[in-house]
Amino acid sequence: MLDANEGPTEAQFEFITFSAGNQSFCLEIMQIREIRRWTPVTKLPHTPDDVLGVMNLRGAVIPIFDLSARFGLGETPDNERNVVIVAAAGGTTIGLLVESVSEILSVAKSSIQETPDMKSDAARQAIVGVISVGESMVRVVNLDAVLDQEGGVAA
Amino acid sequence: MSRNSIRDTFFEECEELLEALVEGLSSMEQDPDDMNVVNAVFRAVHSIKGGAGAFALDRLVSFAHTFETVMDKVRSQDLKVTEELMHLFHRSGDQLADLVEAARDEREPNAESEAAILKELDSYLGEADKDDSFSFDAVTLDFDAAPAEVDAPEDSSEEDAALRRFRIHFKPSAALYANGHEPLLLFDALAELGELRAVADLSELPEFDAFDPNGAVMSWTLQLETSEPETVLHEIFEFVESLCELDIREEDGAAPPALSDDPPDLPGLAPLAPRETGSPSAAAEAAEARSDARGGEARGPRPTLRVDLERVDRLINTVGELIINQAMISQRIEELELPAVAHLTNELEAYKLLARDIQEGVMAIRAQPVKPLFQRMSRIVREAAEATGKKARLVTVGDSTEVDKTVIERLADPLTHMVRNAVDHGLEKSDARAAAGKEAIGTIRLSASHRSGSVFIEIADDGAGLNRARILEKAIEKGLVLPEAELSESEIDNLLFLPGFSTASEVSNLSGRGVGMDVVKNAVAALGGRVSITSTPGSGTTFTIVLPLTLAVMDGFVISVADQTMVIPIASIIETIRPGQRDLHAVGTKGMVILVRGAYVPVVDVAFNLGLAPGRKEAGEGVLLLVSTESQGLTALRVEAIHDQRQVVIKSLESNYVAIPGVSAATILGDGKIALILDPEEVVKLQPAAPYFPAITPPKLELHHA
Repeated sequence: MLDANEGPTEAQFEFITFSAGNQSFCLEIMQIREIRRWTPVTKLPHTPDDVLGVMNLRGAVIPIFDLSARFGLGETPDNERNVVIVAAAGGTTIGLLVESVSEILSVAKSSIQETPDMKSDAARQAIVGVISVGESMVRVVNLDAVLDQEGGVAA
Repeated sequence: MSRNSIRDTFFEECEELLEALVEGLSSMEQDPDDMNVVNAVFRAVHSIKGGAGAFALDRLVSFAHTFETVMDKVRSQDLKVTEELMHLFHRSGDQLADLVEAARDEREPNAESEAAILKELDSYLGEADKDDSFSFDAVTLDFDAAPAEVDAPEDSSEEDAALRRFRIHFKPSAALYANGHEPLLLFDALAELGELRAVADLSELPEFDAFDPNGAVMSWTLQLETSEPETVLHEIFEFVESLCELDIREEDGAAPPALSDDPPDLPGLAPLAPRETGSPSAAAEAAEARSDARGGEARGPRPTLRVDLERVDRLINTVGELIINQAMISQRIEELELPAVAHLTNELEAYKLLARDIQEGVMAIRAQPVKPLFQRMSRIVREAAEATGKKARLVTVGDSTEVDKTVIERLADPLTHMVRNAVDHGLEKSDARAAAGKEAIGTIRLSASHRSGSVFIEIADDGAGLNRARILEKAIEKGLVLPEAELSESEIDNLLFLPGFSTASEVSNLSGRGVGMDVVKNAVAALGGRVSITSTPGSGTTFTIVLPLTLAVMDGFVISVADQTMVIPIASIIETIRPGQRDLHAVGTKGMVILVRGAYVPVVDVAFNLGLAPGRKEAGEGVLLLVSTESQGLTALRVEAIHDQRQVVIKSLESNYVAIPGVSAATILGDGKIALILDPEEVVKLQPAAPYFPAITPPKLELHHA
């Protein structure tokens, strides 16, 4: 995905950018099912702090994670603008609580840079690349990695 | 339709045919003279053979053929049904099932048992039959692959056999033509068997004006001289048997009233007219004859529809949504606090009823009778009896009881195990039975019934009952209980369910497979059910499995725990108690017990065990739900309040997340919020170890002390 594929008809990727823990992240648009307003969830016993609970998504019970807490950036403070990004990967559907959703980002594949090699931490595990947008940097979230953690964290 | 899907269909049909076979065999056992049953069994074997021929499953075909040939001798009353023969038929049925399975999975069947049974079957075939059957074998094969083409060699091989004369009365119904059958082809097929004369009976031919081109008025009388058995004639008519009146009779060879070859006299108008006016009665007669024929010969199953299970499940899910949606709408409308407009409430009520109806109907699609499951057990009983040298029979009661398909599937293994156990450990040997004044043949009784929203399945044997002294001895020996432990009878019985417990002093190749009743118990528990055991020395042991009617909907109490709404299955609750301060006693720093009719029962705070911040209520308030748990017997679960009792749709937590300890699933309430469904057993287990006075001493704990 990160291979530079130069050419006149270079593939464009669309991302939805959002902020969590005061950092800017994005998810590939194809992975996102919908974006919902935050509604109170049903808490689950014996789960880590980043698992907020479960929510009813048209009859399906989906877990909601606090993305900021999951990346070790602290709990997302209550705010009117908080939204839940419902995303699907590998047959499971999850919800991610984020502070706010910003915009749709359309970038060429070549402008996605590999994540700089840093000392590993929770957040870095789940970041597949970064995109430079003007002054700021947007982190591309690897949903699969977020999901993979889930079992281990909750068990 | 690809060849593969046709093949799949064949195997699906095989399963049904095998069921019919087993069913037929067991009714044959009761009444060996009932030719309808014998015919049904024959037909089942024959149809399997026919289908197998089309797929070139030669082994299956040849086995089915031998089986069928012996069956045919019973049918033609050349062979008397003895107990021994019945036993062989059962085993042949089992073998046939094995062969079908092997063919389906494309693996090698067990040649040894096949050869053994074939040999026994052959022994029932006289020398003549055998010779015939060998040359006959290949021919029948061809015949099955292409029913209309019967090979010539047949006649040559049968030359020595006596010619028999059959008179066949054949009256097709309109449906026969409508289905595209052609009598001429049938006659051609008959003609290949021997010398055929056919005379058409045109007596019912109506006047030209009244002629209905779609009707069927002609009938034929056929005379066939052949050396073939009657079966072969039936085979030719096999596909039209239910579409015509057919009467095949063997005539005395001595005085053959030959049919004339003269063209039939067309009935004159005069005799025709009264016949026509009298036709209603004739038609009624014909109808009667037909219904007789249907009642006897072609008692086919009710029409059914094969549907992909996934589609049904999708429908069930959607209907679950509908129920939730209905509850939400009701709640919203209530919230609006509209003036009492009767119309809306009425409509809403009707909507609710309709939604329930749809749900029940949809759930019924998944429900299936336990019959096939029970029938499978007859084989287990047979095999187990054989392996242990005991005599046993299976009696089934209530096999039309319907249970969710998943339950049936997941019950097969535990039930097999229990039935095996019942034969292996439950029943005594014949001589011991005789000594006890019992019938030499032991009885395993399998029964199913619906009682108060649950399914009860009982496995009862009429054996010696549990040997409690030995069970206790074994349990002590294995360190499962302390030697000085005083256990009640039912507690001893329940030791059987402990992991690693097996009473068989010698490991038999039957039950001693390293799995015990604990596996059975877990499997049943996984289905939301429970197993219990009762035993009377000298007269047998009964295991009772209680299961929820369906896995998709459950009756539950809506409760609140730590300000959260949750649901607890009603089935697990024995009683609810609103405790007075005097009834509760503290034990240690956190422990609490309550006096329930003279016994101290530990109190478990659900919120605490789930790791939730306790609600606003003080200790002593709230409601206690008395549940019976496996790990520590009677336990009182403390919750804040009970709000409602309702049917909830079960939603899996695991499909999108992992399993949560103490929570079995989730459901969606009327307000669209999710409520967790508690698993009392697990909730209690979450309890950090604390000194209690359990009603039943948990033997596992004692092991630690020892």
